[in-house]
Formats: sequence, C-alpha cells, structure tokens
Amino acid sequence: MSVQDKVIEIVAEQAVLEPGDVHLDSTLEDLGIDSLGLVESIFAIEEEFDISIPFNANEPTKSDFDISTVRSIIAGIETLIAGEIP
Amino acid sequence: MHRVVITGAGTVNALGHDVADTLEAMREGRCGIGALDFQDVDRLSIKIGGQVHGFEAEGRYNRQQMSLYDRFTQFTLAAAKEAIAQSGLTFTGELAAKSGVVLGTAGGGVSTWDANYRSVYEEGKNRVHPFVVPKLMNNAAASHVSMEYNLKGPSFTVSTACASSNHAMAQAFQMVRTGMAPAMVTGGSESMLCFGGVKAWEGLRVMSKDACRPFSANRNGMVQGEGAGVFVFEEYQRARARGADILCEVVGFAMSSDAADIVMPSKNGAARAMSGALADARINADQVGYINAHGTGTAANDKTECAAVADVFGPHADKLMISSTKSMHGHLIGGTGAVELLACIMALRDGVIAPTIGYEEPDPECALDVVPNEARETKIDVALSNAFAFGGMNAVIAMRRV
Repeated sequence: MSVQDKVIEIVAEQAVLEPGDVHLDSTLEDLGIDSLGLVESIFAIEEEFDISIPFNANEPTKSDFDISTVRSIIAGIETLIAGEIP
Repeated sequence: MHRVVITGAGTVNALGHDVADTLEAMREGRCGIGALDFQDVDRLSIKIGGQVHGFEAEGRYNRQQMSLYDRFTQFTLAAAKEAIAQSGLTFTGELAAKSGVVLGTAGGGVSTWDANYRSVYEEGKNRVHPFVVPKLMNNAAASHVSMEYNLKGPSFTVSTACASSNHAMAQAFQMVRTGMAPAMVTGGSESMLCFGGVKAWEGLRVMSKDACRPFSANRNGMVQGEGAGVFVFEEYQRARARGADILCEVVGFAMSSDAADIVMPSKNGAARAMSGALADARINADQVGYINAHGTGTAANDKTECAAVADVFGPHADKLMISSTKSMHGHLIGGTGAVELLACIMALRDGVIAPTIGYEEPDPECALDVVPNEARETKIDVALSNAFAFGGMNAVIAMRRV
C-alpha cells in the first residue's frame, strides 16, 4: 500500500468515513477531526511509518510539519521517511 | 457555620524544601524548571521539568519507611511535618478523634508503578517487593500522615487530575466549617517525574520542550513539576483562643463540572466555579485583588481562563492581578493547587504578589494584568486559587486576609 493510501486509511478511520470520502485537498476540519483526533492520527501515522513527527498541539501552525490538508500531511510524511528534516 | 483559618503550611517543590525558601523564590521570580535527571531520560522528547533536587530519602527516613514511602509520600510527610509544627497542634484526645487528613493526588505512587513494571517487564524478574501495593496506592500519603500524627477523624484521598488538591482542600474546609472536625490536615502531592510519568504526558503533545510561559503569546505548552503542599485548616475561635499564628482565612469554595470534553477546558465551567466561590464566600467580585491562575501555559487553558475571568469580573478584571506560578515550579498535576495556595498566602499575609515569569510577548487573548516577570508589593484583601482539571472538573478556593 502506498503512503498516500495508508494515510487516507488512517485519516478515514479517525473521521469515521470511507477512504473514498477523504480527498487530497480535504482539511482535517472538513473531515470533522478535532484536536484529540489530530493527536491520535499523528500517533497512528508515527506507528505505521516508524517516524517521529514534530508536532506541538499548542502551536499547530508553527510546526514544520504542515497539517493543513491531507496532501500536505502525505508530503510531510514522505519527507520524514526519506530521512530529510521537513 | 464556623470560620476557617490556616494555621500551618508546609511544602517541598522545585523552588524549595520549605515554605520560606519557596516564597523567597516566588518573590524573586526564580525558575525551578531545569533538565530532568532520571533513568532513561534520553529516550524522552520532553527533557525538562520542575524536579525536586537534593531531597534524599536516605537520612530522612529509615529503611523500613523507605520500603513503604513512594516519593509522593515522602514529599507529603516532609510538608506535613512543617505545617503541623508551625500550627503548634498536637493531636490527642477529642482533637485527634475528630481531626483527619484529606489530600489530593492524580497519580499516587507513579514511580513505584514505573520501577516495578520495569523490573517485571524489562528486566524479566518474576517477583516484586511485598509492599508494592501499599506503597503505590493513592491514599498512601494520607494514611501515613494520619499514622504519624495520630489523626483519627475523616481521612481520604481525592483524585481529580489537576484539581485534586483544590477539591481536597475544599472538602477539608467544609468539614471544619460545618463543625464536623475542629482541624484538618489538607493539601496534596504528586511525583510523576519518572520515565513512564513523563512519557505518558508526552503523548498528548501539549508539553513544552523549553519553558512554561503562561499567558505569553509565544507560550508553547506545559511543564511538569513535583512536590507537595500541606496545610492545617482550623476553626477560627479555637485557633484564636490558643494564640495560633493565623496565615489567612479560607472563606469559600465552589466546584463545577464542564460536562463537555475530556481534555478541552470550558469557559463556562471555569466561570461558574469562580463565581460560585465568590457567592459561597459572600464576597463581591470587586473585592478580589489577586487570582492564582490555573495558567498551565497551554494555548487552550490560558485563553479560556482569561475569558472566564473577564466574564466573571467584568470591568474589575482589568484591575485585579492574576499570575501563574507554574512558570516557576511547573505543573504539579494533583499537587499543584496546594503549592499554589502558598502564593495566595504570600499575597494576603505579606502583600507580595508572585509573578508570572517567562513572560515575553503580550497575547491579546490574555489581556489581563498577569504580573509579568517581577513580583509586586501591594496590599490585597481577597485572593482566589483556580484549578481546572482534565475531565472538566473545576475547583476554586477563596481566601481573605486576617
């Protein structure tokens, strides 16, 4: 399964949606994922890909890891998997 | 209904091992937060905390006691010793039969759980020390205080996360106020600064990696602390008759539940707890000179708390002072309200308002007088101490100068 498919699966599970309802341009807000859901999603992604995502819930927009859309999340994960600092 | 006063105070925390050292540090705006030092700290991403240093069980407690006292109990006993000594009370006869101890803690013997899980899971041992259970139970500290000081009245432990101590002290206050007990030993303690304790908090992604900066626009989370605060609450006439040194009067309290979210705070719940405490104390909002804020340094708490203060106090919100001493001693979780009560005592008795240190940038959503960085000398008559816990459980205590 590609990174994209896996991330969509994780996000869909968190949002209680079908993967087909999660689009690359969807924001977490669009999907109804709140702050707790976001922290849980990040945990699930870290576990799945064995990476460490720099994210502090107090300053979500200041992090180098861009969570604005599903697409940006996937891009961030791919960077982390490649071993580059995002 | 009886009046209730505080006749003894004791503490151990990152700022000092007694009340005098702690208040001096608060007056000077000293920071007790630094690098954490314990096993496996290198595997944590959060490596700072308000850890108590130089407090060794060896020499303080004997071998038998050490096998029964988790660190949270050790802190509690040291703080209780100071508080009860200051009060001058000796618990015998009727006083002993009716006086008890109500303490708060969120986690109890966390480091005992941690050390023994490590031993059976990581080291593969199949046997643990026989006293693991009596050492880690949440009521261990309260029980040892009752045994040490012959307190035979109502004793128990309250656990409401970050509001534990305030809920505990509210219970003790109510018992003395209604005449159920002539005096109560109360407060709380916490000792979660071990690998498992910090690792659990890390998971929530609300911890700061560098500093606790409550109300500052650049705040980036909370920092854990550890320690204990213990007080003697006593019926006023009794305290006066025996010539006790009265630190301040406890005049009211209120509790409320948000009934909303397991972690996100509610402005309404916080406001109802503050206005409830004022109503219980029969105090007008404009009499309040100082609020010891819950002020965790998280984005969520600080703006919600400031909005709640604005709602309750209206135009007076701009005149009162509100500070978070967590910037100095860290967040003692279940013990935090007890250590923070010391800042209220200092404000009422000494006329010194503890500062919010680490304050660097004003936040329009926290536009109150947060006593930034430097303590202030000014006389006040009434202080509130706020505690708003995970799970939406709030407890606010009101105190008055005597």
